[in-house]
Amino acid sequence: MKPINRREFIFFCGQTSLFGFCCSTWLSACQAIAPVSKIASQAGIINSKKAQAIVRSSQAIAKTFEDITPEQEYYIGRTIGAMILSKHKPCNNASANRYINLLGRTLAIASDRPETFGGYHFLILDSNEINAFAAPGGFIFIARGLFKCCRHEDALAAVLSHEIGHIQGKHGLKAIENSRLTTALAILGTETAKAYGGAELSRLTDIFEESISDIFKTMVNKGYSRSQEQDADSASVAILKKVGYNPEGLVDMLKVMEKKLKPGGVDFVKTHPSPASRIDGVRDQIGKPSEIPMPDNRQNRFTKVLLSI
Amino acid sequence: MKMGSEPLKSVQVKNSYLRATPSFLGKIVAAVNYGDQVLVHSENSDWCKVSLPGKSTDGWIHSSALSNKKIVMKGGGAEVQKTASGEELALAGKGFNKQVEDQYKSRHKSMNFAPIDGMEKIIISPEDIKKFLKEGKLNPKGGLL
Repeated sequence: MKPINRREFIFFCGQTSLFGFCCSTWLSACQAIAPVSKIASQAGIINSKKAQAIVRSSQAIAKTFEDITPEQEYYIGRTIGAMILSKHKPCNNASANRYINLLGRTLAIASDRPETFGGYHFLILDSNEINAFAAPGGFIFIARGLFKCCRHEDALAAVLSHEIGHIQGKHGLKAIENSRLTTALAILGTETAKAYGGAELSRLTDIFEESISDIFKTMVNKGYSRSQEQDADSASVAILKKVGYNPEGLVDMLKVMEKKLKPGGVDFVKTHPSPASRIDGVRDQIGKPSEIPMPDNRQNRFTKVLLSI
Repeated sequence: MKMGSEPLKSVQVKNSYLRATPSFLGKIVAAVNYGDQVLVHSENSDWCKVSLPGKSTDGWIHSSALSNKKIVMKGGGAEVQKTASGEELALAGKGFNKQVEDQYKSRHKSMNFAPIDGMEKIIISPEDIKKFLKEGKLNPKGGLL
């Protein structure tokens, strides 16, 4: 049975004055499409085969963000990364960036989601903000200001693992309004993988921009939810333990951060729960406080980079 | 989708490897690319022991690199129309893709993707990671080595 194509779908929506409704929230649209298709079919607006195709297509796109393939997540992440870099310059220190990639990749392979479409990539930002960002798909940015809240590699490992936790939990993708994905997927239908035509490409790029904006606003202005931050901290502790770092590194970093954060700032003070509440949130998982070992080589390589950025 | 009793899965990442042991630091036995199908022989925690159809080499790959859906590299064919539900098929290049990124770039000419491309060019090998762990006196648990 031939699925309905995009033009037919849009035409149908226009005829039934439902396009705006279809684009509101996916759940309600999905629930509504089946009976409306039936009515439209009975009224002779579309034939029964097309009505069935609409129902089938609507079921296919009902899962919203979960339906974003790793490939699409990768392209979303690249653009979010470019947006972050329009606000913060990259730190052009090749050896420091190589170090952070060595550390980050080592941590990523210990996560629950070690493989993303394009892999994990890390970059230090030339910014004194106490900030870090995880763009979907594995692009992770850490500002110098946050790097300098770390007194040892175990603490820096905690910061990067927290960001990996956001990618593992797909927290960025969850910030996209469902209605955008519904609209995008309805326009695309299930058939197209060939080059898009001008109008389709233009509309799709509109939706892409809106989705990017949703993620960026959440990541940079609003912050993720408290439970997502808790998830990322919990993922961080799990990763640290698996690789052999002392998760007390997270606590140490948060204590330094607490002293440095300034009320009213636009960094972690705005987008994250307080360091003290984050420490409370992971204490049980970490266990009793313990001393952080600092083998010479580990501390030397960390300090060398810290002093070079 | 099944062939015999062993399920087929598809590689959903740009490229990955089959390894001799269920570890990212295990010896690489074969390279796989986006859309390649693999036969799953067994699963151990998050790792799958797989082989490429028609080939005798087998190896381990992490489940996060695999999709249960068949990934179709070029769409619009009869197979795609037959399974329009999307439950069994995923189309490579559908939706937000390079074409959309290029369109976005043409709308926002000041946006600089060069540092993003640069990030992707930093290569870290399994050997680099092993050396990094050893040098830092790190003793990973649970399958990293």
